[in-house]
Amino acid sequence: MTIEEFGRRLRAREITAAQVTDQCLRRIETDNPRLNAFILVMADEARRQALASDQALAAGRDRGPLHGVPISIKDLLDMRGLPTTAASRVRDGHRANRDATAITHLRQAGAVFIGKTNLHEFAFGTTSEDSAFGPARNPHDTARSPGGSSGGSAASVAAGMALASIGTDTGGSIRIPAAACGTVGLKPSFGEVSIDGVVPLSRTLDHVGPLTQTVSDACLVYHALLGDERVTPPAPMPLHGLRLAVPRRYFCDLLEDEVRARFESALDRLRAGGAHFDDIEIHHAADIAPVYLHIVLGDAAAYHATALETMPERYTPPVRLRLEMGRYILAEDYVRALKGRELLKREVDAALAQHDALVLPTLPISAPPLGANSVEVGATTEPVRNLMLRLTQLFNVTGHPAISIPSGRTSAGMPCAVQLVGCRMQTDALLRVALTCEPHVSSEV
Amino acid sequence: MTIESWLQAAIADAERRGLPDLKPVLETLARATTALRAADFSDHADK
Repeated sequence: MTIEEFGRRLRAREITAAQVTDQCLRRIETDNPRLNAFILVMADEARRQALASDQALAAGRDRGPLHGVPISIKDLLDMRGLPTTAASRVRDGHRANRDATAITHLRQAGAVFIGKTNLHEFAFGTTSEDSAFGPARNPHDTARSPGGSSGGSAASVAAGMALASIGTDTGGSIRIPAAACGTVGLKPSFGEVSIDGVVPLSRTLDHVGPLTQTVSDACLVYHALLGDERVTPPAPMPLHGLRLAVPRRYFCDLLEDEVRARFESALDRLRAGGAHFDDIEIHHAADIAPVYLHIVLGDAAAYHATALETMPERYTPPVRLRLEMGRYILAEDYVRALKGRELLKREVDAALAQHDALVLPTLPISAPPLGANSVEVGATTEPVRNLMLRLTQLFNVTGHPAISIPSGRTSAGMPCAVQLVGCRMQTDALLRVALTCEPHVSSEV
Repeated sequence: MTIESWLQAAIADAERRGLPDLKPVLETLARATTALRAADFSDHADK
């Protein structure tokens, strides 16, 4: 059930928030043992909130589109009175004394909090397998990763355990799991949604955003996160005349065959509907990974330095090694990366100057098997982490809003996805483009 | 500091701290730093 459908049926008195919350809790009871999507299930609190939502609505107090909607929260956001584990033993004993700003806004919008979801430890990974609570698993194939770092969030939405989830995205951590699990994932423009009360990975790359079943739902949750309570999704714009830019070099160089086929057929359907395409180039695309790496490692090492000295054994070994790597970054190289960041920002701005959005795949591969360090793509073998970040990290470096939309499945039944990227501080405009493209992109081949 | 001398010092420090597993990770970082310094946006005082 989408949030839009929930809202219609709730206000038509066909369903209650309590009933739908119970359905989600039953689904969690059935499926969480195999998916490990949740670190904490808030059954009693969710039922209490849902009942209060129904009573408020009956009394004529309607808080808007998220009124009574069961939502899961990545366990990286503070919720008053609860531990924020960040999926790490480093956080043992933590208890938040206030809500993250994003949670405050969701409370004001009437959301029902169903639980806190599993993630890659401290959001520093793309597969959600290095977690103090064990790996989260993909609902489409439990031998595979749900993507990460917001893997539990994506799994919870894909499996019907919540109508939406809140994730964070530092190099792709909303869009990657959304693509791997077949949900929509929105990274808003940098700085729009508050990261106050969110355990940081990199304060200059971190974003908070929604994972949902549809673009319309993403729009509703995004506006609730901003503190706007009564927004309705914008109307789609005409597809005819939409100007889309495809950055083929680098972004389409290394794609699994079936991912490429799904992407090209999505472009064909958009073209058949009247969208106009240009091939464009991000000239410094080859520098994206070194720029991203030096910024994220430096920022993460600064935050974790004390814990790495005092309780290193509490980290999972792969995350500890990655954080330790950051402690060797030289200041001069961090400064070089910041210079590269400004250049890349200008190049993406230039690519968007004559276009409504960039369009590219979200992931170059379908969800990888849990435990895989590398996978074959065509004739080459590549580290999983490099592949997972390859098409998303640029837009954390530059801050442009980006959304991942499901786009068919591979022959093994694994989801593929298309990513749309819009102008900085114009997330609403990107959402309009995404609403327009969604029915064409999402059609099964 | 050249990347070679940085890498040598970093590996020695990691081994001293009982983190020999860091060596391949630091070698990966050294390759990324080499690419970063070679990028045409990196300023050099002698050029």
